[in-house]
Amino acid sequence: MYLLYNHLPPGIDPLSPENILLIGTGLLTGIPALGSGRCDIAAKSPITGGIGDSNIGGFFAPELRMAGFDHLVITGKAEKPVYLWIHDEEIEILDASYLWGEDTFKTQSHIRSEHGDEEIKSLVIGPAGENLVKFANIRTGMKNSAGRTGMGCVMGSKNLKAIAARGNLDIEFANPVELLDYCKEMIDMVMKNRYSRAASKWGTLIIYSTTNTTGLIRTRNFQLNQLEQGWDIEPEEMDKYTIGMSGCFGCPVSCRHRYVLKEGAFAPIFAEGPEYTSLGAFGTMVDCKSMETILVANHLVNKYGIDTLETGGLIAWAMELYEKGILTEEMTEGLRLEWGNEDVVLELIRKITFREGALANILADGFKIAIDKFGEESKYYAIEVKGMSNLHSDERPTPSLALGITTSTRGADHLRGRPAIDLYGLPKDFLEEIYGGPMSSDYRSYDGKPRMVYWQEILYAVTDSLGTCKFQTVFLAVHAPKWEEFTKLIKLVSGMEYTVPQLMEIGERIYTLERMFNNREGFSRKDDRLPERYFKEATPIGLPRIRDRKIDKEKFEKMLDEYYTLYGWDENGIPTEKTIQKLGLIKEQSPIL
Amino acid sequence: MQKILFVDQEKCTGCRLCEIACSVHHERVSNTSRARIHIVKWEMSGLYVPMFCQQCDTPICETVCPMNAVKRDDKTGALLINKDLCVGCKLCVMFCPFGGVGIGKNREILKCDLCDGDPICVKFCIPSALQYIDANTINLRKKRVAAGRLTELMKKLLDVSI
Repeated sequence: MYLLYNHLPPGIDPLSPENILLIGTGLLTGIPALGSGRCDIAAKSPITGGIGDSNIGGFFAPELRMAGFDHLVITGKAEKPVYLWIHDEEIEILDASYLWGEDTFKTQSHIRSEHGDEEIKSLVIGPAGENLVKFANIRTGMKNSAGRTGMGCVMGSKNLKAIAARGNLDIEFANPVELLDYCKEMIDMVMKNRYSRAASKWGTLIIYSTTNTTGLIRTRNFQLNQLEQGWDIEPEEMDKYTIGMSGCFGCPVSCRHRYVLKEGAFAPIFAEGPEYTSLGAFGTMVDCKSMETILVANHLVNKYGIDTLETGGLIAWAMELYEKGILTEEMTEGLRLEWGNEDVVLELIRKITFREGALANILADGFKIAIDKFGEESKYYAIEVKGMSNLHSDERPTPSLALGITTSTRGADHLRGRPAIDLYGLPKDFLEEIYGGPMSSDYRSYDGKPRMVYWQEILYAVTDSLGTCKFQTVFLAVHAPKWEEFTKLIKLVSGMEYTVPQLMEIGERIYTLERMFNNREGFSRKDDRLPERYFKEATPIGLPRIRDRKIDKEKFEKMLDEYYTLYGWDENGIPTEKTIQKLGLIKEQSPIL
Repeated sequence: MQKILFVDQEKCTGCRLCEIACSVHHERVSNTSRARIHIVKWEMSGLYVPMFCQQCDTPICETVCPMNAVKRDDKTGALLINKDLCVGCKLCVMFCPFGGVGIGKNREILKCDLCDGDPICVKFCIPSALQYIDANTINLRKKRVAAGRLTELMKKLLDVSI
């Protein structure tokens, strides 16, 4: 974040050579625990115009460290397609003309063949990144994606097809003997959680069982909050297709399926996933009740290198506009965007990737531009914040989750500050002990919820920076490693001693700096907003506690005030001079870089 | 009977915790190319096969070693390399049919020593693809797994549900 803030002058075009692409591994990347195969990818986002940032697992990050590099700062633009070849302390820029146009799987295979080394790990873009689809992603392996904020689009704008790494160097630790013991302790701690054990069997799909039964899943874009008769996409359905689970580097959970589709128009398919996200993107939001369609769609978005969530969110929105007559058949060029039309969903994934036809070409530019093109009326139906699509979760009954998607620096998002454990209805004193302040244990309440979001945001910011997996800290599991455990791991890995308050302050610093980056680009309180429908339309179905709920505007604004105060930002959401000074930040760009 | 390091390939999720733990335990660093175990992957087909020294009964490494540096540990059954005798000719590396012997940072020979009877890779293998078990138990266990699949067929043939 520091590099991004100080490298980029404000106001640049995210797709110009002036934008930079950062690949950063963490202090804990490569340890034997906590899914330590992660790195963070950042640039100015072509979707929101604010901070672009996406974290990716798999096996690339430790390979990069073993090749001798912790951070990459990529500037400028190549004249023709190239890729980076990074191996044992060397970086070469090689020709990628022959890879241009290839999908994300073949690109990785070709690079391995070119160097005769099957152990090479690559970050790649697919055709979507090449075609500058705004929400193109960066991918590695069969399934891992830096999905959000359009980092693949930035990579494509630089004519950079891939970053390949292979290393034989050591990642050293201050106290390796104790670290190994402590890592085993961490693994046991993670696996004691029921969530982790369930995820080992069904992955994040397991969340669907409860959220859909309850009524927390947006369906038909935002018309319903539950997919009725949605049992065909229950996680257990995956038992028909799975051949086993697959894990990222250093992960004891292994939360994704390896699956095979033997029949159907797209068969045979071998792929990995899908995540809970894709159940919504190509299931509930577009009202498709077929696991096979979701599996094909998941495979296609991964193959093309395009964000599953943004794609599904835009298609669902287009379907509602079609229903309301805002999109006419003339504008869709004959495509019948009807709810549950599986063929159209699959067709649109391809069309958006290749920007084929007027409609897909507009959708490929994301919500902001599409709203301009489709007219003001279309805006009401767009479930986005800061121009980025929200997950298929319906936050109307849950103020804490609703606040989290608005304050997220990168646009609507569940991975930035979602206090998911609020849904468990845990005892009040237990919650207060975790979050360190007074709050209600009712997930429908507004009381004390800003503190939950604040606490989760700084925890996730630190977790992402350390290079470990968010699912192995307090996200969906309560008794998971957090501040105390992180300080101990940092000490064993690096020798550096931090107290818990110091580590929390680092989280505040990261998130405040992200905020300052956005402020510089013109973002403020006005952008921390919910789509109007959250205030106007109440949830129509679901369990009695969930039904007939909407967000109270006044109470929501009060939550925002409280939230800003916790960080030491003013009522407009801008960090005060005092806060900036306290955190040791400098508003001006550093002249060092 | 002596225990053996046994692998159930179907359970492997490819997370490589075994590799990292092995490398930190033996080399005190994280460096998967120095681990004694490696999960060979056909990533694009979803096939993962953990590979390591099989501690063969008729060890080719022992046969080809010109210095008689390969000796079996009585307690664990692991084949160990006597560093005082080893001249670093690497014939064991070349002849091992499983890639079970490797070369270290200072060109020393790397080989699984079963961690003196308490393999670290097994401790870190959460899906239990790696097991350190009594050789006697393997026969019947494998038969039960295979029979489990046969019963599925039998259920269909006999049209019964158990």
